[in-house]
Amino acid sequence: MKIGIPRSFLYYKYHYLWESFFEELGIDYVVSPFTNREIYKQGTIRAIDEACLSSKIYLGHIDYLLGKCDYILVPRVFGYEEGTICTKFQAIYDVVNNTFRDQNIKILYYNINPRETANEFRSFLKMGKFLGKKKAAITRAYIIAKQTQKVQQIMALKRQEELLSKEGLKILLVGHQYNVYDRYIGGPILQTLKELGATPIIADICDKKEALEESKKISETLPWAFNKELVGAIQIYREKVDGIILMSSFPCGPDSLVNEMILRRVKGIPILNLILDGQEGSAGLETRLESFIDIIKIRKEDGNGQM
Amino acid sequence: MGMDKCKVAFPRFGNYHIPLEFLFTKGLGVEYITPPPSTRRTLELGAKYSPDYVCSPFKFNLGNYIEAIEAGANTLVQTGGTCRLGYYGELQEQILKDLGYNVHFINMSRANYNNPLTFYDEFKKINPNLSLKKVTSSLITMLKMVECIDEIDDFVRQNVGFEVHEGEIEKLHEEYLNSLRTVETKKDVEKITKNYKKKLKDVKVKKPKNLMKVGIVGEYYTIMEPFSNHFIEKELAKKGIVIYRWMNVTNSILHNNGKEQKKTIKPYVKYYMGATSMATIYKTLEWAKEGFDGIVHVKSFGCTPEIDAMPVLQRISNDYKIPILYFSFDSQTSETGIQTRLEAFYDMIMMRKEKR
Ligand code: SF4
Ligand code: SF4
Repeated sequence: MKIGIPRSFLYYKYHYLWESFFEELGIDYVVSPFTNREIYKQGTIRAIDEACLSSKIYLGHIDYLLGKCDYILVPRVFGYEEGTICTKFQAIYDVVNNTFRDQNIKILYYNINPRETANEFRSFLKMGKFLGKKKAAITRAYIIAKQTQKVQQIMALKRQEELLSKEGLKILLVGHQYNVYDRYIGGPILQTLKELGATPIIADICDKKEALEESKKISETLPWAFNKELVGAIQIYREKVDGIILMSSFPCGPDSLVNEMILRRVKGIPILNLILDGQEGSAGLETRLESFIDIIKIRKEDGNGQM
Repeated sequence: MGMDKCKVAFPRFGNYHIPLEFLFTKGLGVEYITPPPSTRRTLELGAKYSPDYVCSPFKFNLGNYIEAIEAGANTLVQTGGTCRLGYYGELQEQILKDLGYNVHFINMSRANYNNPLTFYDEFKKINPNLSLKKVTSSLITMLKMVECIDEIDDFVRQNVGFEVHEGEIEKLHEEYLNSLRTVETKKDVEKITKNYKKKLKDVKVKKPKNLMKVGIVGEYYTIMEPFSNHFIEKELAKKGIVIYRWMNVTNSILHNNGKEQKKTIKPYVKYYMGATSMATIYKTLEWAKEGFDGIVHVKSFGCTPEIDAMPVLQRISNDYKIPILYFSFDSQTSETGIQTRLEAFYDMIMMRKEKR
């Protein structure tokens, strides 16, 4: 049996957990490649026109995996203890199921819902049983997978700390993991920043507990866990970077409000608000990033004058 | 701010400003400013100061607030709720502040939905001398009012396209809503409603034998605020179609049948998909089974939960061979575009009907 894992959405949050869980259980899996033009194109064909770019890309990855595995992993999240989640993640299981019904898609799923005690461990237990494994083996695999994930998170934080102590321009990139790390969405931005000699600092790599607390200093009633973490990261890193880039996929629900709030409440540091719809040419993006970096450089030379 | 000078406003939403006015004036003992009906200006004002691609209820709300302030309001209320609505309040408060409006903003998102007393605390900010007894009794009257308004609304929707003398139903409807503004007790509400129900039933209507039935589904605000959906129900009714709509405050909040919805749509949907998506799918499926002639789906542009309901609606449309017309409204939507699509839809369901 082979599991297909779409390299999109929650993959970027959980891939160490998923991959080592399946490895420990001796289950074969295949991960779809980095987003490319073809995956993006298939996604836009499958998706509802108005859906956000990120979810179109997700459906593109599902499309890619069809026929290449026995089950495709599509987790469903109702929300977290830390906050709610964009309704996309509540709906995604059924969106995928209905969109690909004629292709007879087979989904491997688990459900996270803090209200129904569907916590992660129990959900993984259920999933493992569905895959024909014994409770003891699943528990062991889960614990190891969890450990792996934790270690990787700590290492990422360490690497980021090193970057922060480096000389030179540093830009905080504020966006959902699945956008920042997607080759099609965030890829060109990371690339261009590096070419311009700036070091990207990833907001999502932060002490999550601290970020949740810190976010309240910027906004009190933020409902979404992911956005709370990102807003908190701004508070954590703002003194350590030279500028902030907000990057969202069009037309992202939560970001439409949260970015506006950030622009209104985070003062004294240059902020660029990038909304990506997958259509923009790379030339336009490069120009915008270039002039943003120029502004920051001038500002630095002027001795940190207020913007 | 002295309580005698407190003038409260809440965004416009269908005809629910009438029960709200009752609750605030009779229950909370403050003056209530009903924002003027939403117009092009409301939307333009709201859109001008809102983030570009936010869902349009946000823009309408903001426009209503500004127009209510112009009309004298100094205390604004936002409900909070699921989805993006939960974050509307804090941002709207910030935007109004940045615009230089000096108003008091009551954001119910700060209250805890699991603990109704925290709502009471929020209301106490409006009037510290609040009497719980008075609030409770006017709340009961207000809820009755909501139910009655929704009931009369259903009748109007299903008959307005067939009156012999055009305009009669609408006139009575307006009269009814106006007279509700004078009630004191729940009994008054019931009496007035009974009276107008009879008057409405006496209006001469002529329905053809082969009636066309269209159900309307979609996102909470857009479906219930006629201006935001370009008076789509009225347009359909004018063509001699009976319009059915399940979505209203009575059905969605006061007597929610969430469990039944979930059971009904099980062949299509496993999990709750956010906001109104479940009700949208539920009614579409029920009406498809009942052999309706078509479904109209409305939402504001970018509304995530309703976008996610669409692949399911497409399946139902396929399985039951029922046409579904999808509308997505934003501040740019053109009137002619809507008319053209409605015409085409009408012609299609008409042709299908004749073939059957
Ligand atoms: S948070 Fe934004 S980008 Fe992510 S799924 Fe929701 S709408 Fe799409
Ligand atoms: S349900 Fe739709 S319109 Fe309402 S807040 Fe959510 S996205 Fe906006």
